[in-house]
Amino acid sequence: MEPNWALARKRQTLIERARIVQTIRAFFIGRDFLEIETPHRIPANAPEEHIDAVASGDWFLQTSPELCMKRLLAAGYPRLFQICRCWREGERGRRHLPEYTMLEWYRAETDYHALMGDCETLLRQLVPAGKIVWQNQEFDLSQPWERLSVAEAFTRYSETTVEAALQNGSFDEVMALRIEPQLGRSRPTFLIEYPAACAGLARRKPGQPAVAERFELYIAGLELANAFSELTDPQEQRDRFEQSELSRRAAGKTPYPVAEKFLTELAVMTDSAGIALGIDRLAMLLTDSTSIDEVVAFTPEDL
Amino acid sequence: MYTCADLKKGLKLLIDGEPHVIVQFDFTKPGKGQALYKCKLRNMITGSLFDRTYRSGESFEPAALEERDMQFLYQDESGYVFMDTKNYEQITLSEETLGDDKYFLIDNMQVSILIYNGVGIGITLPNFVNLRVTQADPWVKGDTAAGNNKPAVVETGYALQVPSFVEEGILIQIDTRTGQYVTRVKE
Repeated sequence: MEPNWALARKRQTLIERARIVQTIRAFFIGRDFLEIETPHRIPANAPEEHIDAVASGDWFLQTSPELCMKRLLAAGYPRLFQICRCWREGERGRRHLPEYTMLEWYRAETDYHALMGDCETLLRQLVPAGKIVWQNQEFDLSQPWERLSVAEAFTRYSETTVEAALQNGSFDEVMALRIEPQLGRSRPTFLIEYPAACAGLARRKPGQPAVAERFELYIAGLELANAFSELTDPQEQRDRFEQSELSRRAAGKTPYPVAEKFLTELAVMTDSAGIALGIDRLAMLLTDSTSIDEVVAFTPEDL
Repeated sequence: MYTCADLKKGLKLLIDGEPHVIVQFDFTKPGKGQALYKCKLRNMITGSLFDRTYRSGESFEPAALEERDMQFLYQDESGYVFMDTKNYEQITLSEETLGDDKYFLIDNMQVSILIYNGVGIGITLPNFVNLRVTQADPWVKGDTAAGNNKPAVVETGYALQVPSFVEEGILIQIDTRTGQYVTRVKE
C-alpha cells in the first residue's frame, strides 16, 4: 500500500493555505480585533431565499456566524473577527463546497467603506509583491481598486438594466453568466450598491433608498467577499426576515423560528459594518488553483 | 424524473425527445442569489455539443437507454469493436463516440455499451483500469517527497501526472472516472 498520492500532492497548497489563515489571524489581532468563536449549531439562520441550511437535530448548522457576531456588536464589542466552518446544502461546484471556511469581521461606528479599506490592506499584506498570477493572468493589487455600482455593471456588461432584470427574474442569471466573469479582470473590483431587494441585512443608502450599502469583492471573476453597512432598525429587519421567510416557506423549505434574541438586541446596535470572506476561494486565488477541491485536504467525495 | 441536484457529468437526459449526455458540469451561484447549473451537453445521436444553464426547480426526464454488457475485441479502421459474449453479436463504436474513454480500453475488457435504436452511442467503463507506463522521466535520486509529481504516458497513449517514483515499465491503476493515477500495481 503506497501513500494516498492525491492527498500527498496537495502538500504545497496546504502549506500555503495554512500561511494564509495564520497571516489573516495575525492581521486582525494586530489591529485590535477580538477573535471570537460562536456555536456552529444554532436554532435558526437569517432567512435567505436562496441559501439552504443543513439540519442538525431540531436545529441547523450555521450558514454564516452573522447573527451571533451582531449580538456581540450590540453588546458593545467594537471590533470582532471569526474564522469558522459554514454549511450550505446542495452547493457543490468548482467554486463551491457544502462545508467551507469563512472569515467574518465586524467594525462598530463605521460603514462599508471602512471594510473596503480593510480588504485592500489585508490582501496587500498577504501578497507583499502586490501582484498575483492566476490561470496565466496577472492581477495588480497595488493600483487603486475599482468601485463599480451594480447599475453601472449592468449597463457596461449586459444588454439589460437592473430594473428590467429584477422585474423578469433574470437578475441572478445576468449577474452570474454575464457580469461576474468581467469583474476584477486586471485589478480587484468592489461591486457596490445592490438593489435593496438583494440585501436582506444591509442598510439602505442614505438619500438613495432604492439601493443598499452592500458590496461584493471580485478578483479574476471570483466572488471573494460580501459586505454590508449593517441594518440597525429592528422593525425593518423583522419585516425583511418575514418577507424572506415567506419566500422560503412558499418554496417548500423547512420553516425557521424567528431569531427573537437577535431582533431584540439589534435595537441597541450602533452603526456598524460587517463582511464575510471565503477563505477557500482566497486560497484558490493565491495558489493558482482552478478548483476549490485543490485547496482543501478532503472534499465530501474523498470521505 | 431528475432534479437539478441530480445533474452531474455523465448523466444522460432526454432533451427535446433526444438522448443527451452531460460532458461538463458546473454549479454556480452569485452571492446570495439563485443557484445555476451550467451544463455542456452532447447530443448522443448527432454528436453536437452545446451549453445550457438550468435553474433550481427545473426537472429532467432520464434518457431510457438500453445497456448491454459486452467485451472489447479490437480496434481497426472501422472503429472499436465490442462483442456480446452470450450471442456473439458485435457492435462498433467510433473514436469520436468514445472520446477519452478510448484510452482506458484493454483487450477483453468487460464494459457496458449504451444502445439507442440499435446503435451504440456510449460506453460505461469499469471504475479502475491497470495500464503500463511507457514514458516517464527517471526517478531522481533523493526525490523522496511523497507529493511530488511528473508527467507520464501509458501504453494507450494517455498522458497523466504520476508520483515521481513511477518509472517506465511499471503497471499503474487509473480511475477511469477522473482519469487520475491511483496506485502502482504489484505483479
